[in-house]
Amino acid sequence: MRVGVVTFPGTLDDQDAARAVRLAGAEAVPLWHADHDLKGVDAVFLPGGFSYGDYLRCGAISRFAPLMEELIPAAKAGLPVLGTCNGFQILCEAHLLPGALTRNAGLHYLCRDQGIRVENNTTAWTGQFTEGQEILLPIKHGEGRYVADEATLAELERDGRVVFRYIGGNPNGSLNDIAGICNEAGNVVGLMPHPEHAVEELTGAPSVDGRGFFASILRKLVTA
Amino acid sequence: MARVIVDVMLKPEILDPQGQAIARALPRLGFTTITDVRQGKRFELELPGPATEATLTEARKIAETLLANTVIEDFQVRVEEDA
Repeated sequence: MRVGVVTFPGTLDDQDAARAVRLAGAEAVPLWHADHDLKGVDAVFLPGGFSYGDYLRCGAISRFAPLMEELIPAAKAGLPVLGTCNGFQILCEAHLLPGALTRNAGLHYLCRDQGIRVENNTTAWTGQFTEGQEILLPIKHGEGRYVADEATLAELERDGRVVFRYIGGNPNGSLNDIAGICNEAGNVVGLMPHPEHAVEELTGAPSVDGRGFFASILRKLVTA
Repeated sequence: MARVIVDVMLKPEILDPQGQAIARALPRLGFTTITDVRQGKRFELELPGPATEATLTEARKIAETLLANTVIEDFQVRVEEDA
């Protein structure tokens, strides 16, 4: 199984993401933002960081990268894609996911371990969790407040597309405590927390709950 | 020569914590009449000649494609002649 990990100028978490993919037993394939080439991967991980320095808006410039011109139609056709943090922001700017991520309500950049509840375990990236499972992942962001209009929020809630919710307090003012969502088909998932930083105790991670994301996609690909 | 100005503002219903922080700072500086502050962005697009309906249409397209995220922001396009 081959999982692509995208690097934009300013991406920070691509090495951790690639390492997490390898730990799960898959091949991590580096994908470069300026290439029109998905290299035939089975799934794509859009890691966090500050692509293009967060200029204009987080993810606003990245969404027009040559690689995204390949990724957007592939994702719409069913390719599993996971975006974390800046990757989530890019997925929203690219309209692969609805809504937007805005400045944290408290204005502070947040860097802490955060409790999250898995609300939907039927997506491509959450199948190895149980519904309602509470996990602990690092968050580190200044612009993670999820917003969408009322109709979109109602649709997300009705269709079970709120995949992750913050528990033990809402860190950034996200509407409905939303930490992550998915598209209609469940192959595209975005969340602000960082599963790729929670796969090994040796690194001081608060948990190894991030492994579940990678185990889920591998299981999904193997059984597909 | 004309200059097209694009103003981008968060939609009224979207929380603007930066504007709120500025509003809270004003009384400390002795400015007590301001009731609210919203922060936005201003873009200046330079044209080689006068602004036409076609260049304005293009500017609007630029604004809605890249300069503004219309999920959370509104924009206004206007012309400054002889900039």
